[in-house]
Amino acid sequence: MGLMERFFGFSWGVHPEDHKRPAADVPARHMPMPEHLYISLAQHLGAPALPAALVGQRVRKGELLAHPQGPVSAAIHAPTSGVIVAIGEIPAPHPSGLPVLAVTLAADGLDAWTDLEPCADPFALDPEEINHRVAQAGVVGMGGATFPSALKLSGSKKAGVATLILNGGECEPYLSCDDRLMRDAAADIVDGIRIMLHATGAREALVGIEENKPEAILSMREAAAAFGEVRVCPVPARYPMGSEKQLALVLTGKEIPAGRLPADIGVVVHNVGTAKAVSEAIRLGRPLITRLLTVNGSMVNAPGNILAPVGALVEDVLRFAGGLAGTPTRLVMGGPMMGLSLPHPRVPVVKGTSGILALSAAEAAESAPAPCIRCASCVRACPVGLLPLEMARHIAAEDLEGAVDLGLKDCIACGCCAYVCPARIPLVQYFGHAKGSLAAEERARMRTEATRKMAEARKTRLEAEAREKAEAAARRKAERAAKAALEKAKAEAEAASSQTASQDAPQTTPQAAQTEGSSAS
Amino acid sequence: MTAAVLSLTLLGLTLGLLLGIAGKRLAVEDNADVAEIEALLPGTNCGQCGYPGCAGAAAAIAEGAAAVTCCPPGGKAVAAAIAEKLGVCVDLSGMAGSEPQLALVAEDLCVGCCRCIRSCPTDAILGAPKQIHNVLKEACTGCAACIDECPTEAIQMAPVPVTLAHWVMPRPAPA
Repeated sequence: MGLMERFFGFSWGVHPEDHKRPAADVPARHMPMPEHLYISLAQHLGAPALPAALVGQRVRKGELLAHPQGPVSAAIHAPTSGVIVAIGEIPAPHPSGLPVLAVTLAADGLDAWTDLEPCADPFALDPEEINHRVAQAGVVGMGGATFPSALKLSGSKKAGVATLILNGGECEPYLSCDDRLMRDAAADIVDGIRIMLHATGAREALVGIEENKPEAILSMREAAAAFGEVRVCPVPARYPMGSEKQLALVLTGKEIPAGRLPADIGVVVHNVGTAKAVSEAIRLGRPLITRLLTVNGSMVNAPGNILAPVGALVEDVLRFAGGLAGTPTRLVMGGPMMGLSLPHPRVPVVKGTSGILALSAAEAAESAPAPCIRCASCVRACPVGLLPLEMARHIAAEDLEGAVDLGLKDCIACGCCAYVCPARIPLVQYFGHAKGSLAAEERARMRTEATRKMAEARKTRLEAEAREKAEAAARRKAERAAKAALEKAKAEAEAASSQTASQDAPQTTPQAAQTEGSSAS
Repeated sequence: MTAAVLSLTLLGLTLGLLLGIAGKRLAVEDNADVAEIEALLPGTNCGQCGYPGCAGAAAAIAEGAAAVTCCPPGGKAVAAAIAEKLGVCVDLSGMAGSEPQLALVAEDLCVGCCRCIRSCPTDAILGAPKQIHNVLKEACTGCAACIDECPTEAIQMAPVPVTLAHWVMPRPAPA
């Protein structure tokens, strides 16, 4: 923690009411397998996975459904045994409601595991082997960003990271799945942390947990007591403590520079859920096919944490959670600050789904934006020190470059600015729009470049074809000439042989002509 | 003999000098902007702008005869790049109607004549004689050069579909 924070308190972030209890205190429930699972092929950061199974194929639980594709991607596995009934587009769990490619699996009710490759002593394995197994298990960051974990582990090893930070902050209101996981499966999490330490070569692990989760802190301390390299560090409850930049700053006192990675200050941040997934992937050989998620919000009849298979519909999860008390004003996947608003509940749970919130009108608190009065509340709240009001002003005037100059690319989209704005200006939406537009511009630029290359390639091809045609024509002409010469020579030889019928070797002349003809071609 | 050699040499030198001076004095300045603008254009010479190829369009833009927004396949990105190069302000919101397009082959109408394949400036159409042709979405620039070639009107232009990877959050309505 920096000196300023120590003496003057935090100068960044907000402190929303957390709404975590009573959902956090209810024991986790195990959701029964629904009849159909819809497993999205784009549920991680990077390129979508490439289907590895066929329609009609019978798969067992944990069998590979899709290969990773490209440098940043993750494998996807069957969450239960059954038959693949379709590979096609379904509505994505995304505010746009656009389609995403998915595998539809009809569960056979047996839930039979495929052959797994467990490992009794992970610490005897090479770090590369651990990375390989983590990649094979399709483990991605469980905090919501869903970055493929194996890439992060191998990247940390290369960068020589000294400190592994475990993110148990869970600063988003309403969510309590990490809290529940740390209370119930602390031993597995600590085991996963130790495997990750072994894989990255880091010396120590700091587990940052917000002070509003005393049970989780106690449970994690007990589990980590035997291992000196794993330290549990309670941190003040403040949003967005669970952002890697903020957590790294509070735990190590070092700030991640703008546009750089945590590895640049010698740390790497993983979620506690990822540690558990790594432990399961290595110890038991189990791929990531289920996840603990929080179902919460005042419209939910029985809020709590539910262990759901990846691919279950939000609708099914809500029904299992006791149903809804009415039509929610807003259905959110993830937390209320950074989560995605869902157009309808017929979308599947993905690996990064930390929660499903059904919010009432009072909770959603929608109201029309008023003009900015330049109170600068957002400037004080911004955890990365930007000027949200100025950036939004530039974006409203379609001046994206101006917003980039003010640091748009450092915005972590935490939503603090919009939360504190007294005029209810949807600031994060402005920034989301600007980031999307910038990405689209970049894509268009690359497309123009590719087009030019293709046009040039066509030109070279046409030239090569014309040249080949000309050469072929020349060759044919030469052949015709050689043939004519041959026939002429033959005729001459015949004439000569008829004149001097008694002399030898009439064959030599045509042979010489033939060699001449072939060399000409 | 000497007189002839001398007079011809003198004549040659004088005329050469005159030509040299004239070349310097009356030089037509090559517009450097034209080459730079041409480098920004897609280079497919599709002719949708109404000028003979990208070089013609670049010359027209440099002269001011054509708007920087005249390249439909280039879209907003190319227009913005040219506007920045020329230092002019341009209202790109008017280009909303000219979003990138994509050629689509109606499979029930295609007779497999291969004419469109020859017309495509980026080799984006795939097919063989008497086989149904198809357009490679990634390579099609939406220049519409193939439309008029098709004898059965099997090729239509359609806007590039929005996918999850291309979705942009809408800009909030101003307060």
